[in-house]
Amino acid sequence: MEYNDMELMICIASRYLEDDSIVMVGTGAPCAAAVLAQKLYSPRLTIMFEAGGIGPLLSSMPISVGDSQSFYRAIAASSMSEVMETCQRGLVDYVFLGGAQIDQYGNINSTMIGGSYQTPKVRFPGSGGANDLGSLCWKTMMITPQDKRRFTEKIDFITTPGYINGPGAREKAGLPPGCGPYKVITNLCVIGFDEQSKRMKVESIHPGRTKEEIIENTGFELLWADDLVISEPPSKDELAVLRNEIDPYRYIIGRQ
Amino acid sequence: MQHYCHLLKERSVTYKPAGTGKIFTDPDADKARVFFRDQKPRKMVNKVTTVAKAVSELVNDGDYLGVGGFGTNRIPTAILHEIVRQRKKNLGFAGHTATHDFQILAAGGCINRCDVAYIVGLEARGLSKVARKAVESGSIELTEWTNAALAWRYKAAAMGLSFLPVRSMMGTDTEKYSAAMEMECPFTGTKYLAVPALYPDVGIIHVHRCDVYGNSQIDGIVVADYDLARAAKRLIITTERLVPNELIRREPAKTIIPFYLVDAVVEVPFGSYPGNMPYEYFSDENHLQEWLKAENDPETLSAFLERHIYGVKDFNEYLNTIGGMARLQELRKLETLVER
Repeated sequence: MEYNDMELMICIASRYLEDDSIVMVGTGAPCAAAVLAQKLYSPRLTIMFEAGGIGPLLSSMPISVGDSQSFYRAIAASSMSEVMETCQRGLVDYVFLGGAQIDQYGNINSTMIGGSYQTPKVRFPGSGGANDLGSLCWKTMMITPQDKRRFTEKIDFITTPGYINGPGAREKAGLPPGCGPYKVITNLCVIGFDEQSKRMKVESIHPGRTKEEIIENTGFELLWADDLVISEPPSKDELAVLRNEIDPYRYIIGRQ
Repeated sequence: MQHYCHLLKERSVTYKPAGTGKIFTDPDADKARVFFRDQKPRKMVNKVTTVAKAVSELVNDGDYLGVGGFGTNRIPTAILHEIVRQRKKNLGFAGHTATHDFQILAAGGCINRCDVAYIVGLEARGLSKVARKAVESGSIELTEWTNAALAWRYKAAAMGLSFLPVRSMMGTDTEKYSAAMEMECPFTGTKYLAVPALYPDVGIIHVHRCDVYGNSQIDGIVVADYDLARAAKRLIITTERLVPNELIRREPAKTIIPFYLVDAVVEVPFGSYPGNMPYEYFSDENHLQEWLKAENDPETLSAFLERHIYGVKDFNEYLNTIGGMARLQELRKLETLVER
């Protein structure tokens, strides 16, 4: 079965979303993964958007997390504070985040690179809701291409907390206990986080990829699971639903 | 019977700045009360005016703005264009879910300070070169926040308070460049972050319908507008439609903004264009792409701004420059006639 990196990442991500849970998504790949999960594995998964959309029946992918699609035939069209407070109350299981840089503890930068804070070399949008969601949802997931620039020893700005600098650091900083980064799904592998050190640990390598390739594309030392396996490739069913029902115009899966 | 009276004990606490950012607006709740008592209209009078008048009378150079909607969704574009056209300067801005709204004001060089949660990007559409340049050059002073933090800062103001405790931002550089304070819960000792109430000088919100007094209803998500409307010292409402007061009274549960919060009302059909107005019209993705492309070259951008903002007299003329009713009907069809 032929598939591209984006299709692979979306299909793998979809399998982690348990039924009867709540997932906060953005536009693009995370949204596609959540809908794929709904269609194949977790029909009672509730999708939430930070602008206020709760439980939409998505018929196509939103362009903005606050556009009409984000609450199309939804359970509720609410507000940002309603959604964020639901996260703060501990009701939201999963969130998908993205960023320009990520370190071994899963801290994410989506704010700036280089220069100083008031005059950065490159300014990105900033946290948006990412910091809130990464602070308050139980399990943070990422779908991201993997390369040395992105997976870096020291990120220029911690926009969203991962495990900060190791075990206990989130709690010490004052964040609610028991949550944090869960899985990072890249074009090369699936990465989890080591229970003891809270550092990134490779759990499965995608078909056709190698350990060397993963090391080459990572700017820090990775841990490796003892039971390292090869990732299950996208199934025929997954690809059919993704291509025919979720993203027929290839807006997301056609992106390179 | 279980009780928790052991929590009621004397504590000594230290409040400590969590970041180095500046507070651009006064969080004092007592001052806000006096302002609201003296300045907010409790008289139900006709407040209908024009876009040009609303901006010239209610937006002053140096004011701090809070803009409703969500970046490219239900934004008050007509007022934003008019602020640029009237060349307002040195404005403060709440960069809460700000995308095309920030892009418009940055192109006009109107902003000199900004509370940032989300700026310079247009979500999946990419980054705005002009907005980035304005920020990277240091011409806009920044204090860092998050979307929830800014929504809760509006909420604190809407509650008539001077701060709220929140549980995000901690342990990050986002916190380090904020103007939040570390605090402890007086009951449990849990560490929280105190965020200061945000009372903008001017709030600007586009709604689906309102009456001449300003009683306003929104269909779909309200984002942070329930609280922004209550936090703002002055509030400009633009509306797709002016409706009789009788229509508001028929479905009072839908009223998000009562008249006593509102200072000016302007009817602006298609007023969120090129943004999406839920149940009315979809965003004009072509026009938004044109904006982003025009920003690649300063001369192209000047011509673009001249054609669409400076060179037109009002919002209706702007709508003519983008294809007028024919294009708007297409966008309406995209939103309402197609089962997607």
